[in-house]
Amino acid sequence: MLKDITIGQYFPGNSVVHRLDPRFKIIITGVLIAMLFSADSFIGLGVGVIFLLISFLLSQIPFKLMLKSLKPIVPIILFTSVLNIFFLEGVTIFKLGFLKITVEGLRTSAFMIIRIIALIMGSSLLTYTTSPITLTDAIERLLSPLKKIKLPVHELAMMMTIALRFIPTLIEETDKIMSAQKARGADMESGSLLQRAKALTPILIPLFVSAFRRAEELALAMECRCYQGGDGRTRLRQLHSSGADYFALGLSIVFFDLVLLLNCLMG
Amino acid sequence: MSVIKTEDLTYTYSIGTPFEKTAVDNVSLEIEEGALVGIIGHTGSGKSTLIQHFNGLVKPTSGKIYIDGEDIWGKDVKIRDVRFKVGLVFQYPEYQIFEETVYKDIAFGPKNMGLPEEEIDRRIKETAELVGLHKDNLYKSPFELSGGQKRRVAIAGVMAMEPKVLILDEPTAGLDPKGRDKILGQIKEYHQQKKSTVLLVSHSMEDVAKFADKILVMNKAKVFCYEDTPDVFKRAEELTQIGLAVPQVTRVFNRLRQSGIDIRTDVYTTEFARKTILEYLAKRGESNA
Amino acid sequence: MQDKIISAQNVEFHYTNEFEEDAPVKQVLKGVSLDIKKGEFTAVLGHNGSGKSTIAKHMNAVLLPCGGKVYVEGIDTADEERIFDIRQRVGMVFQNPDNQIVATIVEEDVAFALENLGVPPDEMRKRVDDALKSVGMYEYREHSPHQLSGGQKQRVAIAGIIAMRPDCIVLDEPTAMLDPKGRSEVLKTIRQLNRDFGVTIVLITHYMDEAAQADRIVVMDNGVILMDDVPREVFANVELMKKIGLDVPQVTELMYLLEESGLPTDTHIIDEEECTEALLKILKATPHN
Repeated sequence: MLKDITIGQYFPGNSVVHRLDPRFKIIITGVLIAMLFSADSFIGLGVGVIFLLISFLLSQIPFKLMLKSLKPIVPIILFTSVLNIFFLEGVTIFKLGFLKITVEGLRTSAFMIIRIIALIMGSSLLTYTTSPITLTDAIERLLSPLKKIKLPVHELAMMMTIALRFIPTLIEETDKIMSAQKARGADMESGSLLQRAKALTPILIPLFVSAFRRAEELALAMECRCYQGGDGRTRLRQLHSSGADYFALGLSIVFFDLVLLLNCLMG
Repeated sequence: MSVIKTEDLTYTYSIGTPFEKTAVDNVSLEIEEGALVGIIGHTGSGKSTLIQHFNGLVKPTSGKIYIDGEDIWGKDVKIRDVRFKVGLVFQYPEYQIFEETVYKDIAFGPKNMGLPEEEIDRRIKETAELVGLHKDNLYKSPFELSGGQKRRVAIAGVMAMEPKVLILDEPTAGLDPKGRDKILGQIKEYHQQKKSTVLLVSHSMEDVAKFADKILVMNKAKVFCYEDTPDVFKRAEELTQIGLAVPQVTRVFNRLRQSGIDIRTDVYTTEFARKTILEYLAKRGESNA
Repeated sequence: MQDKIISAQNVEFHYTNEFEEDAPVKQVLKGVSLDIKKGEFTAVLGHNGSGKSTIAKHMNAVLLPCGGKVYVEGIDTADEERIFDIRQRVGMVFQNPDNQIVATIVEEDVAFALENLGVPPDEMRKRVDDALKSVGMYEYREHSPHQLSGGQKQRVAIAGIIAMRPDCIVLDEPTAMLDPKGRSEVLKTIRQLNRDFGVTIVLITHYMDEAAQADRIVVMDNGVILMDDVPREVFANVELMKKIGLDVPQVTELMYLLEESGLPTDTHIIDEEECTEALLKILKATPHN
């Protein structure tokens, strides 16, 4: 069922990680990504992974949930590892026909797999512990200096908010329209690709019509509540940074420095 | 013979999650061919889920549904054919309109049935007239029409499939009294012309009272009762207890009885109320004479 | 003239067709004059297309009159500079609860207008909490709107307006898309705001039972005001109401029918208790013969 789709993967909780200022969380995630990409040895990568594991344990996110977030990238992992294992030149340990496995290949693919998994876990951790709306909020505030160069930061954030607000509504609506057309004998399951694409018309047109109607009504309702763009707006939710936020950021920078240091030592 | 028959029909959604809920609970029901039935119940009473079982949009968790004596989830039954037999008009059906012209939109269902052109043409003209759409409107874009007209186009689209059973989910939602009476009248007219079975889901006791021969009351996923209209209104007290509002005149007649007047209480329309009062006075006149 | 919140003076309105210059102009409002007094609960009753929603949209400068004037607490709605003053004084709630909620969390939606007006965060917090409490939705402040029922969503929308602390709220068919439970929730909220907080209410509706709860009913038909009186007087005109496609309470209709049958009754009856008493009088009276 379409209804089962959830947007974002926020996992409500009250852990230290949940409570961090979202602006800091975004920056720290950035630092983590930099760490993972700059590490050029297993030890360096290990430092990044340790930082990730500490954050993960503190967040109290169930391990199962984390595994779920990795599921969609399994094909990518398989693909990169196959490429690396079989096609990298080096000391051969196994050979079958034109396929050969090399030490270098194994090493590189293990390195890549750890890096990809850590990247996904890191960004999932951000979305698991921060609701989409808080995330939008934080992005708006982080980007607000860009208003000076005429980037419509507020408008973009407003668009994101409205999209998040209306996605469940439109999904429900799609479900309803699909049932209604099925009741009129619409056949969406059989036929050639072209026929199936054509069979979508009775769903897409009503959906667009309705989306436009909603947009129009929403705009009117916003005007009636004195919406006049981003200028002079205040916010109900204030973001406060505390000592914990600076500590967490500091910690991530220390880990990053460690990775860089290891790079120099090993290099 | 009953046209719709269910045996221990149960539907539970989100099984195995914290949101697990039984929407239809052990419903065994027989609806006679040609009946005009009102279905009433709260939001969440299971009435919407129940009607979606009748044309195979929802597959039961357990239990059976027979349409015309045929098990619709049986091995050799194509579910699409079931949908041609049991037409379902959803709530706010005007939002499913998509074609360039009213004519084409009404044709969508009959076309899916694979009917010949002339037959489709005949049906479109017939149903358009039935729901009071002017011939000139047939070649207009449906999006140019008023809200009430759009709704009638959408209803005509299902009527034109000439299903054995026509189910309408709140066809009068959001309409003003005039629009409401018009659509209810047209549905009744269709019922009389086609001699088909019609099921009407409604929140309004008054509408159902005026319209239906029998009433199915759903409460908490179960059938509360399925009886002839006057018999249902005899149970005004029970209906009030499960939170369904009975018509104002029914409440007045119950009050009269409580005040010691020996008068019937299965009164649910104003016309019937007048008749009852006049009969009462006439009878008393006789006994006094 | 301090006690007049809204004053419409001979308002005329028609939509202009931007695509066809010679298209016939359909006059929606044909000279409507209406004063709304402070603290009053007024219902505007009429069928679809009677002009009732159009006059409502003039009350906070969503539409500007083509002829005549509208003043909100003395401010001419045509004065563009003061549009936000007007909209803070007269808030508006619309029909579809889904299409007027902007934020993904209830309390943030209620804060939306205040954020736009630049209210400081501390004061905003207090006003948002007060507004949510006054509509009975405080416990739901951290919910997401799509988890709420229609009636609850509509109450959130009302809270979003209340937070602006307007003197008057105009509600444009706020219950048309709700089930009976949602309708009664919303109506109860409206009455409470009027009674306990002295908010002036203008309720646009086609449900006569909602209008019956107002202090005053304005009946619109075909772009003009047909009647403007207390509910009892308005509904007593059973024939006229039916003619323009509106309902009257069942009890009023019953009285009318009995009067038609020659019984001594009065159509100035709008509730069950009065009706029961009037009927008891008739039924217990000693017959003439």
